[in-house]
Order: sequence, then C-alpha cells, then structure tokens
Amino acid sequence: MGIPTRHFDALIIGAGGAGLNAALQLAGADLRVAVVSKVFPTRSHTVAAQGGVNAALANVLPDSWHWHMFDTVKGSDYLGDQDAIEFMCREAIPTVYELEHAGVPFSRLDDGKIYQRAFGGQSQNFGGDQAARTCAAADRTGHAILHTLYQQNIRARTHFFDEFFAIDLVRDAEGVICGALVLEIETGEPLLIESKATLLATGGWGQVFRTTSNAHINTGDGAAMALRAGIPLMDMEFFQFHPTGIAGKGMLITEGTRGEGGYLINKDGERFMERYAPRAKDLASRDVVSRAIVTEVKEGRGCGENGDYVMLKLDHLGEAVISKRLPGIRESSQIFAGVDPVIEPIPVFPTAHYAMGGIPTDRFGRVAMPAGHGSEEVVVGLYAAGECACASVHGANRLGGNSLLDILVFGRLAGKDIIEYVRENPYQRTVDSASLEQAMGRLRRWEHKGEGPTVQQLRADFRKCMEDHAGVFRTEEIMAEGYNKLCELRDRLPEVRLTDQSKVFNTARIEALELENMMDVGMSIAVSALHRQESRGAHSRPDYPARDDQTWLKHSLYYREGDRMDYKPVRTKPLTVESFPPKERVY
Amino acid sequence: MKISVYRYNPDTDTKPRMQDFEVKTFQGMMLRDALLEVKKQDESFSFRHSCGEGVCGSDGVNVNGRNVLACITPISELKEPIQVRPFPGRPVIRDLVVDMTQFYEQYRAVKPYLVRKDPLPEQEILQSPQERDKLDGLYECILCGCCSTACPSFWWNPEKFHGPAALLQSWRFLADSRDQATEERLDALDGPYKLFRCHSIMNCVEVCPKGLNPTRAIGKIKDLMLDKGV
Repeated sequence: MGIPTRHFDALIIGAGGAGLNAALQLAGADLRVAVVSKVFPTRSHTVAAQGGVNAALANVLPDSWHWHMFDTVKGSDYLGDQDAIEFMCREAIPTVYELEHAGVPFSRLDDGKIYQRAFGGQSQNFGGDQAARTCAAADRTGHAILHTLYQQNIRARTHFFDEFFAIDLVRDAEGVICGALVLEIETGEPLLIESKATLLATGGWGQVFRTTSNAHINTGDGAAMALRAGIPLMDMEFFQFHPTGIAGKGMLITEGTRGEGGYLINKDGERFMERYAPRAKDLASRDVVSRAIVTEVKEGRGCGENGDYVMLKLDHLGEAVISKRLPGIRESSQIFAGVDPVIEPIPVFPTAHYAMGGIPTDRFGRVAMPAGHGSEEVVVGLYAAGECACASVHGANRLGGNSLLDILVFGRLAGKDIIEYVRENPYQRTVDSASLEQAMGRLRRWEHKGEGPTVQQLRADFRKCMEDHAGVFRTEEIMAEGYNKLCELRDRLPEVRLTDQSKVFNTARIEALELENMMDVGMSIAVSALHRQESRGAHSRPDYPARDDQTWLKHSLYYREGDRMDYKPVRTKPLTVESFPPKERVY
Repeated sequence: MKISVYRYNPDTDTKPRMQDFEVKTFQGMMLRDALLEVKKQDESFSFRHSCGEGVCGSDGVNVNGRNVLACITPISELKEPIQVRPFPGRPVIRDLVVDMTQFYEQYRAVKPYLVRKDPLPEQEILQSPQERDKLDGLYECILCGCCSTACPSFWWNPEKFHGPAALLQSWRFLADSRDQATEERLDALDGPYKLFRCHSIMNCVEVCPKGLNPTRAIGKIKDLMLDKGV
C-alpha cells in the first residue's frame, strides 16, 4: 500500500495525564514509546482540571485510604468495582508523592507539606465529619500536573507525534491489535504506527453535549475506536453534570470554591442545599447538587431575568483567600461572567463535565470484555486508561478530585503492565492488509464529492439532541424521542460532505472524523440510558426514582453492532478489606 | 461586524491575502467565537483552538498588531476594522496556523524539569509557603507563544536565543527550592545568545495573556549569574 510505517514497543494515543504518566514508566524502562496526540501535549484537557487530586495524606485533618475508599464507593452509588477502588485509594498516596518529586508546584502548608482542601463527598471515619483530602496547586492543579509530566517526558526522551490524529486501530491476521493508523494533521498524510502494545488514553467526550466544561478536542476518539473494533463501552449512561458551570457558557467553576467555604443561593438568597443535603450541604456529591440546582430553577426559584440559573457566593471568603486559593476562578469569572467574586456572586448552572463510563478495563488497564458464559477475557495487547477507560472506580457518580487520581494511578499502572507484556511478547505482529484497508476507508469516505449537509449542521443538531434528551433528568418519553432523533441523525451522516478536501492542516477534515466518533459515543449514552430503569448516581429518572439493587446493581455494556446491550456484575469484593454493602445514600 | 482574516493555503494559494467576513456579534463574544463564526461560513478556514477558557494555550493569534489568546479576548475591546493574522515571525502552515517548532525546541533546551540529586524522601520534599510563593508568576505559563513571537530578539535569532517563554521556565526551576541543578542551568545559559540576546524590550510583558513577567525573570537569572560569578 506504500503507507509510511514506524515501529515502537508501545503506542500511546493521547497525551493527557494518563498517557503521559504511562509514557514516563515506559520510557524509564528503556522501551521505545510513541505518544500520538492531536494537539501539542500541554493542550490536552488535563490542563483544565482545577481543584486537585485526592490522596489520604492527612496533612490537614486525620485521614486514611480506607475512608477515601468508603467515600468513593458511596459516591459511586455502589456501582464502582471495590477491588479497583481499594487499589486506587491505596495507590493515591505514593502517586501524589511521586508527582511532587517530579516537580509539581503544589500549594504548601506552614509545615512545608502539600496543601489539602475539602471537596464534595469526603468524610472522616466512614461518613463522619468533613475530610480535607484534595491536594491542590492553587486552582490550577491539572495545569501544574500536566506540564510537569510533559517536562519529565522531555527528560525521558519519549517520542512525541504532536498534531497526529488517530484514525483507527489495526489488527494482524489473527485479529490481535498491533498498532494504529494515524493522520499527520500538518501534511494530511497517513502514517502507520506498528506497536507491540497500544494504550488508549484519549480522554472524555463532553463535546457530545452543547453546554459543556470540556474542550473542543474532547470528542471520544478512543472510545469510538474501541467501539469500531467490536469492544463494548461500559456504564455509558453515567455522565456527570458538574453543578457549577458559568451560566449559559459552561466554563467550569471548581468545586474547590465550595471546599474553601463558598455556597449556592437561589433568587430569595436562600442557601438551598441545606434542604437537599442537611449534613454535607454544598459539599454533597455532584449528582446531588446538580439535581438540586435544576430543581430550584424548575420550581421558579432561579435567578436572573429568565430565572434560569442560581448564584455561587464567595465574597464572604475575602479577597486574600480568593486571590491565594482561587486566582484562576476569579480571572475566569471576570472574563466570562463579568463579575468579580470578591464583590458579587457568580451565576452558575450545571454543565456536562465528565464520563464515568468508558472502555472496560481490569485494574491493570488491560481492556477486558465478555467472552461468553459469564467469563471475561483480556483483549490482547490493548490497554485503556484515564477518562476514556472504565476500571470502574467512579461507578454511577465520580467524586471531585478522583479524576486526576484515576488518570495518574491507572496511567502509571498501565505503563507498568505494558512493560511486562512487551517483555513476554517481544515480537511485532504483522498488520493485516484488510485491517489497514478498512482504516484507510475512514479517510477515503471524506473524499466523496457533491452536495450534502455540512459537518457543522449535523454536529449542531446532534449536540442539541444530546442536551435535550440525555441531560440531568431523564424519562422514558424524553429518551425514546432522543433515540429516534439520533437514529435519524445517524442515517444522515453518510450524506455529509466536505467542501474543503485540501491536505495541509485541514481542520474541517479532523472535525468530520471527530463527528463520526462523537455520534457513535453519543448513541452509546442514549441507548444505555434508555435501558436502565432506575435512578442511580448521575442517571436520574423521575419515572423510576428509586435505586433498584435487585435488578440493576450491574454494569451496562453497549455494543455498536445493532445497538446491543449486555450486562456484567459489579465486583463488590475488595482486595483485602471487607466489602461495603449497598446502603441508602444520604449526604 | 466586519472581521478581516489572513488566508493562505499552500495547496491552492501562491501568496497570502486578507479576506473579509461579516459576523453577527453577541453580548460577551470573544475573538474565538468570531473565528468560529468565520469557520461556520467557510469551513476551509483553519486555526488552532481547544479549551476556550485561556488555559490550553492553543489559540494565540495576532489581532490589530497585538498577540492575544483569542478565547479570552472580548470582541468589544477590539477596534474595527478587526484584522486577524498569524503570530509574526513564524513560518505560516496555513491561515492562522504557524509552525512553532523552534519555540518548542527552545523550551526543551532549557531543561524545563526538576532535577533532584539527593535520594528522595518517602513523603513530599518539604517546601515552605514562602519558598513556594517564589514559583507564583512562573509556573502558570501555558506555552501559548504570545511572548516569544512578539519579541524582536526572538524574531532575529529564533535558533539561538531561548526567548522569553523558555527563559521564564528556566527561572521557574532556578527559583524552585527543590531543584538541585543551579550550576548546570547557569552554565548552560552562558554565551552571547541564549539569555543575553534579551534587551529588555518588554514586548513579552506587554502581551502575556496570563499577566506573567518574563523580563523580570530574565533579570533575576542575570542577577543570579552575577552572584555566582563573583
């Protein structure tokens, strides 16, 4: 076929926290590692994480990984796998120290230790007093971590393919994944990267919703690649709406604002969270706070001319605290909402923020899928980590401060597991020409000329549909209508044409490929949500308001072929401690 | 509102041109919103952008002669006619997309990572809040390139002069109480170009969208060199 080819021990797709932490392990073990990223690595969306990363360091208040584990299991509404959660909470502590040693400029306490702040859903002693578990670098923790990881990868001489877009995974004749076809954005030329192991670390897909805290690049490319490879996506109905996006715009205002003492008020000036979560109030779990805000607005207690948002009050914290601990928030509020939080409250409303679901993996980052008869098999040579993966540590609702933790812990571990895998499988498999041809087909499809709807039109319709039909509250009626609309949109996709078919830095072509990815992922959300007839975590159904552990304490699996659903049990047995059985979830 | 953007596609154009678009404005509109509107009208228009909130550093452009981040530049603050061009002094790949290779090479050249020679403690390396405060105004850099591509010294010697962004990071590590490579860092900056091409023109300070001050950082490096040299 004459496509230029490069060879590596490991291929990592995505250069956010998960990809870069994996790359660091691999480069440190002297493996040849390639990191493919559609943007320069420090533009990856990890950079936008604000509040911090959870670890039970006990620098401020007493803490233990076991309490962290309890909070995470409860936060997940008991859908998280307890072995993976125990592992993550234990690993959090050395992981944060390792990051600090790598140079992350964490804020500090007077005794020189890492600063930790309170965040939602955190408790001491299994549901007792508020804990302070979130390690922070002011309100720019993701930026500080991502830049540090990139810097350490420079030192480790990781091989970067910056501004290369991954088209599809490729396989050998036996069907084993052995690399990916990628597109160099600058030249518009394809490149085949063959590898012994491949890690998907492509992040989330908040762009499937119209109003989102997510960046333009968060289009679910890795998740869609997995779907096209016949791998199911797990727990896709669970999508987190962050309570405090800037109203009407969606930019994130960190939960750290409430951790530092800020609180929400409605048009009557009432601190309404006291009614919804008498104990934790504004630091209840995100799903709880988001539903409360939407309910306030629906019941006519919203602020502003149209009564369509609530207010986040910070002025009582004083200028000193705000400038020291929340400087980025002050800046964003001034730029995007035209308010200085030192003086007046910030208008906020829930914004599409985080995917709890994703590519199913075990706790070593190995992609795992059902193999019939209730057993599971690892997909040989394929790994996933970070937001695109589902280990599953967040279950039905993620706690603030656990996403940076997830990407770092599982990115690192996937890297370590790949080292073992490559040692045991030292020979490169041969890419099957039919598989490569199929991947090339994805590119060729966009060379079709003629009249048709534009990418922009279809994308706008699609994102609106997702927002209207898969939002905070979901009924059978709303979702069924949404599914039908999505089917129509999916049928229109083959008619879409590019008017610009030039090669050099053609962002229209990239957006077309991203739209295909988003629509596959969006459909997995809609179908999974339609099937789950209960309310759990972020999936809230007024027509089935209760959690139903009898029927639904299980993970959803969506397959692209035929929009098929399957299910698998939750792993309720931790590694070493007693299981936390499902209980009513109150804050 | 009329917006005039720089167009050049090497596939089809022999030379660059400016193209006008009519764009509908709205309350709170940013320059990035206007560029997205242009792209809606003509999908062949290319520019980089991502987070939309000034933290990823993708969408640096030159508007009316000044380097800015498009996503945090309100349209209301710009004088018409609005002219949007690529960063000055960088090779243009297409439209507003420039080749930043040399900028990144200079960044990598200052070894922008913490170097620790002592054995690592089991827990964090301690750092007092006062020591940590020295990193404020340094670590926040988003590598957008607004500063270095506004710097005449970088225009003339992009292969030899590190430029303000890289030097700001050089000082970020020199200023970090945990770093143990001060001597090596200073030695590596010796010579007439890497550091000393800075003539304190201060364009970098003027344009930094994050309000950082590379000129001051460069001054501090020079002071430290003097201290160590004596």
